[in-house]
Order: sequence, then C-alpha cells, then structure tokens
Amino acid sequence: MDWKIYDLEGIDIQWCPGCGDFQIMEALKKALADLELAPSEVVLFSGIGQAAKMPHFMKGNFFNGLHGRSISNATGMKAANPEMVVIAIGGDGDMYGEGGNHFLHTIRRNPDVTNMVHNNMVYGLTKGQASPTSPLGFKTPVQVDGVFEEPFNPLAVAIAQGATFVARAFSGYVEETKEIIKQAIRHKGYSLVDIFQPCVSFNKINTHKWFRENTYFLEEGYDPTDRKAAMMKAFEKEPYPLGILYREEGKKTFEENLACYVEDKTSLYRRERKPALVAQFLKELE
Amino acid sequence: MNVLPRKDFNDVSLVLCGAAGQGVQTIEEILVKSLHEGGYHVFASREYMSRVRGGNNSTEIRVSTEPVNAFVDRIDLLLPFNQGVRQNIRERITESTVILGDKEELGEELSDTEGWFVDVDLLKRGHEVGGKVYSGVVAAGIVASLFGLDRSILYGFFEKRFAGKEEVVEKNRKAVDAGYEIGANMKNDKSLEIILEGKRKGEQSVVLNGTDALSLGALAGGCDFVTSYPMSPATGVLTFMAKNSHRFGIAVEQAEDEIAAINLALGASYGGARPMATTSGGGLALMSEGISLGGITELPVVIHVGQRPGPATGMATRTEQADLEFVLHAGHGEFPKAVFAPGSLEETFYLSQRAFNLAARYQTPVFILTDQYFLNSYYDIEPFDAEGLTIEKHIVESTEDYQRYVVTEDGISPRSVPGYGKGMVGTDSHEHDADGHVQEDFHLRKRMVEKRLRKMEGLKKETVPPTLLGTEDYDSLVIAWGSTRHIVEEAVKRLGRKGTAVLHFSQVYPLPKETESYLRKAKIVIDVEGNATGQLARLIRTETGFEIPRRILSYTGLQMSVEFVADELRKLLSREV
Repeated sequence: MDWKIYDLEGIDIQWCPGCGDFQIMEALKKALADLELAPSEVVLFSGIGQAAKMPHFMKGNFFNGLHGRSISNATGMKAANPEMVVIAIGGDGDMYGEGGNHFLHTIRRNPDVTNMVHNNMVYGLTKGQASPTSPLGFKTPVQVDGVFEEPFNPLAVAIAQGATFVARAFSGYVEETKEIIKQAIRHKGYSLVDIFQPCVSFNKINTHKWFRENTYFLEEGYDPTDRKAAMMKAFEKEPYPLGILYREEGKKTFEENLACYVEDKTSLYRRERKPALVAQFLKELE
Repeated sequence: MNVLPRKDFNDVSLVLCGAAGQGVQTIEEILVKSLHEGGYHVFASREYMSRVRGGNNSTEIRVSTEPVNAFVDRIDLLLPFNQGVRQNIRERITESTVILGDKEELGEELSDTEGWFVDVDLLKRGHEVGGKVYSGVVAAGIVASLFGLDRSILYGFFEKRFAGKEEVVEKNRKAVDAGYEIGANMKNDKSLEIILEGKRKGEQSVVLNGTDALSLGALAGGCDFVTSYPMSPATGVLTFMAKNSHRFGIAVEQAEDEIAAINLALGASYGGARPMATTSGGGLALMSEGISLGGITELPVVIHVGQRPGPATGMATRTEQADLEFVLHAGHGEFPKAVFAPGSLEETFYLSQRAFNLAARYQTPVFILTDQYFLNSYYDIEPFDAEGLTIEKHIVESTEDYQRYVVTEDGISPRSVPGYGKGMVGTDSHEHDADGHVQEDFHLRKRMVEKRLRKMEGLKKETVPPTLLGTEDYDSLVIAWGSTRHIVEEAVKRLGRKGTAVLHFSQVYPLPKETESYLRKAKIVIDVEGNATGQLARLIRTETGFEIPRRILSYTGLQMSVEFVADELRKLLSREV
C-alpha cells in the first residue's frame, strides 16, 4: 500500500520546521501502509501536546482527548470495539506526567493498544518547561536551578509492570522506527514504543546530533524474551539502546478477559441488547 | 402486656443493632426474606459505620400488611446484639419500645432508657445449639414466631444457604426452634404479642434496594460497559454489575481512579458502547474533567452519583442530598446535560433505563443522582415491566463523506462509530469543525456552541414531570426530590391536613416545564431537602424566579425520618393558619 494514502490534504501542519514529529509521522504512515491497513481500520488516540496533534495531520479515525487521558480512552475503545487497530500517541508530558497513573495501570490491563510516546525530554506546547524525562541539571524558565527530580525511566517501569512489548526508537532513523512500530502494532497486547526526538525550539541539549551520538541499536543476537536482560538494558544510559528491549507473547489482553467476550467476539455496538433478559432476571427473584 | 403494632399504626418497626462482622446483616437478610415470603410488606434501611469490624450498626425493618417504604424514628421492637448501642438509636427509644435482649451479653446496657426490656437467653440457647453464632438465629426465630410465620420458611432459607451441609442446616433449624419456643412463651405469658391482620395483596412481589433497581434499569437500557473506582455508597452498583457481567455479557472494570473510569467510559462510548460510570461526590470531582470532555465530544455517557455527606471525605457511609448543584455544574464550559433524581424503586428502574436512551439520543452526559439511604434501602414491589422497553441505539452507518459534527437544526449530529461504514469518525476535545478537527475559527466556534446548546432545547421538551402526591386541590405544597419521596409522602399523610400535597421531582435538570404552574397554584410552598442550603429551591428560583423561603432541611448525615418531616411541617403550617 502507498503510504501517501494516509496524507491529509489542505492542512496547515503546526510543528516547527525540523521537528522530529514529522519523521515519526512518516514512520507511522509507512508502518500502517506496509501492514496493508486502510485509514478506516485505524483509530488514533491522543491527548494534548505537540505529538498529540498528529491525528489532525494524517488520515484515520481519531479521538483527540484530554491531556494524559488518551490511553484510557484508547483502552475503553478497544474494549468496546476490538475489531479496530488502536494507537495512542502522545508526548512524554502527556503519557508519563499527566497520564502517569494511567500509564502504570494500562500496562497492567494489557489492552491490544500500541502506545507511541514522543520523548523529547521537554515541554514543547507550553514552551520549554522540564518534562518527566528531562535530564538532571536541565535549566528552563521554570527549573531555574536545573532539574533536580530523577528522570522517569519509562522502559524500566514498563518492564517492571509486566508490559508485553517494550521498545525504543529514535525519530532520526525513520526506517528502523517504522519497523519497530510495525512489530508493535502486530503484537497482541499493550506495546510501548518510546521514541526519542529532538525538540528544535526548546531543547538545546538533546539535539539530533546528541541522539545520534548517545544511542545504539541492540546487537544481533539480543534475546528480547529475557526479562532480566531487558531490565538491564532499560537502565543503560548514554548511550541508550534502541530496538525491541522486551517482548512476551501469549498473555491475555484486557478485552479478552472481559466477561462480554467470553461467548461472543463481536463489538458491543453490533449486538442486540434485550430488556427481556432483565425480565427473566426479575422472574427468578420472585 | 405489649401488643404491636401500637395504636394508630398498622406496621411494626423493628430495629436490629450490633457490631459489624457479627452477623447482624445475616439476621436482617433472614428476617426480610422470611417476612416477605410470609406474606407481609417489608421495608429495610441500613445505617452503618465506616469500619469492617466492631462499632455498632443498625437496620430498621418495617413490617406491615400495607406497603411500607419510608424511614421512621419510631422503634417498636429493638434487638440489640452487643453493648455500645449508639446515640442515634438510644434517642429513639421511648416507653413504647420493647427491647428484646440478653442481659448476659448486654449487662446494664439500655437499662437507663424508657424502653420495656424483655430478657431472653439468646447466648445460652445459641451455645446449646452449637455456639454464639447461633444466638442471632435464635433471635430471628423469636421475631418470626411473633409474626406468626411458618417456621418452614426459615428452614428453607438455611437449606438454600447451606445446601449440602446438612449438619449446619440442622443446627440452624434447632436455633430457629429455640427461638420459636421463646416466642411461644412470650405470647403465652402475654409479655409481647404482634397482631397484623391480613396479608399483602398482589401475586408477584420482589424485594429490591435502590442499588438493584438502578443496576437493572441500566441493563434494561442496554448498558454494556461499567467503570468505577470503589467508593461508598456507589460501589454496590459496581458489585451488582460485576456479579452479573457474564449473565448479561457486559464489560466491567475497576479503574485505577475515577479519572480513568470516566475516560474508559468515554472511549468505549466512542467505540459504540453504552457506558455507565458509578461514583460518589469525591469521585465525581475527579470525573469533572472527563464529563466536560463528554460535553464537547458529544459522547453518550451515564454517570451514577450516589451522594454522601461532604465536603471532602465527609461521612463516608452516611447520607445527604448536597451534590445537586455540584452535578449541575460538573465539567467546565457550557454543554447540555440531564439529571434524574428518582425517589422510588420504580422510578429508579425506568429512569435508569431512560437515561441510556436519552444519552444516546442527545449524545451528552446524563446523571442519575441517588444517595446512601436510597441505595441501601429495600422494599417489596411488583416486578418492573421490562419486556415492553426499547433500547434506542441512535448510531448510523457512515458513508465515505461522513462528518461527525454536522450542524443540524436540533443540534444532534448523526453519530457513527469507527468501523461501521465507509467513513471515518473524528472527535476532539478542542473546539472543532464538522470533521472533528481542531479549528480556531471564531464563527465556527459560535456555530458549534449553539449547535450543542440546541440539544438542551430538546432535553427540555422531554423532561419527566414532577409527581403530585395527594390532592390536586391543594393550598399548600411540599416540594421534595430524590430519596425523600416516600418519607415526605408518609409525613404528609400522617399530618392529615386537608389541602396539603407533595410535589416530587424525579428529574431535576432541566427543570420540568410544569414546575412553575404547580408552584403558582399553591398559597404555601415548603421545600424539603437533605442538605443545609436548599439547593433545589435555589435551582427553582434560578429557572422560574419562584422563591421558596419556607424550608425543612436535614443534614445530620442520617436520613430524615417521617416524624421529623411531619413535626417540622406541623410547626410551619400552624404558623400560617
């Protein structure tokens, strides 16, 4: 499938020139096209932030919700309507800050949702404050003495929480990012793809050059099914490993565990609900 | 000689009290089920402390040959099982109260009250059967015997409960027998007698509480997705739905917090489900952001709010009607909503059902406002007619050029869901265009605000009228909403004042269009509410300009009683004459 099928015409893309978001969107469009998925089969969820604007810049069903909550919207959607391919996109502030609690518990739920987190280690939309992943000492108009909170480690947290697919990519490597996204979408269960990206306007430290110099791809022969090894990799810094750190197949998804799908696999809206079932229930009480 | 019911009453009010975790709830269950099976009308209301063990909780059970459904202060028969009977019970003991208790357990407890104490050796008889746990069953046996129930009804309860455990069933039968022996002796020596003539009318009857009625109504409305974070008193709905999730084929999820609960529900709604979130005031505070999201995304969602006293944690297991204004304003920005506040089990069932259709039709949040008292109070009713109800889906198949937010005359844009048809469905928390894409066009903004608010006009046309209880020829009108319906109705009956009627609101927002004409017809209007500031009265003034200065307000944390309302009405009305 030609990935241009995902292009939306006549739109004004609001990202800054040179922003890593462009490359991530290209990787996503290419991944979906490679998987032969039509825009009507895909639902993009997002919250608030620069990354979260993506559903307005490409074709597909979309739900652009509240800051931090989109992973919960996505989980609810997938549980109600499991026939769709569901992707939740957001930045580090959206998914790890405001949505931190939902991040923890969505991993536990394991819905079949792909969670793409654009991690640029800074707040772009609100103009340059620290994010949960900003490095120690990072100075901003708010963190005037430099960040003194320990940076959030999404990969280690996800692995610890029992996530069944944990990966990291870098926006500068579009082909590799596309391949990781494809695998994440194919994976049955929750998948986290943390994507390093430079913020050309507000992060002068973690630049394109910095990411190239401070990342490396996992070596051939790395075994992503080894959870302990994955955890060790998740703790590595400068250079940070790129690729699929951990994957585990066969774990039941959230929607598979729900009582509504034990006997019937169809989406909820396609079903006939019968008040007669309630009448029967009452009859048995008499 | 004590004969119950007392003069001028045709029901017996029985109160059980004891520590949590000591089996009082089981005795309540035995008695409610058995008295109902024995042909009586029953009403039961529970008040409890926020603790799993110990403390002192109570249940009031009213038994009658006439329908009973309201909380009274009067205690005809008190069964204290432990020491530490709390003030709210002690205050209600009068010289007409018979106390049935075991001095061995209670010591001098309650000996300073005016009640008529009948000492019964519950502990000893319990131990004879097999242990202290059976003393409660002995007490249940006494009560059942006094009401003249066939003991096989109680046997049947235990045979069902402990099916396959013949030894346990046999011990319970013996405990029942011991109770019947004591009961027979009491009748013989004329220490206590209960004379209720006749039986309940009507063949079919079920005992339900507010939680059951609300949950069943939701299911009859097609509810298929329930999310919640446990919080008293709304947890019962979550539990009911989970317990019956396989039977009805629905999704139930306990979320990490109320923020997730409402957002899971909205995501599900976008996917085509008919979701409900159930919570109390504190949880609603967390849901407010999501409710606002429901407003702009125009997603149907039903939110059950079981009220308890606030602010903040307030009184976790107690009751109040103080979240009406909060619900009215929950969610930033302006968007349409509807709020139901049912007062009877029937209303609860039919309005819960209706809430789902209304939410689907108008694509907006719809609230059901209850409270702890109502959710935990039981009485018997004829089963609801669920067969004739319809579930309105209001979902269209999309065409290739489908637009989610088309501006229409009534403000309702045909709603499709992802995957249903050839088109795509976009939705946004920002102000958006017809495709759901964010736009900062000020003319578009105005059109979209107006489109959403036009749905309010439709909601206004479909309000549920308030129920007039009593004479149409009234000069004084008593206003009530939500759970106080039966209480105010009985109080006005008890008052026996000609020309006094009750107007009960089961929908409080939009305020029913008939409201003003009812009010203008009365010479005297009195507002009765379970809060400290008269929130419905304020809403009525805002919407109609009609001022209701006479108010009876209760905010102790316990439900107002029939006697309280009757006394306050008497005081207010005597001033008017």
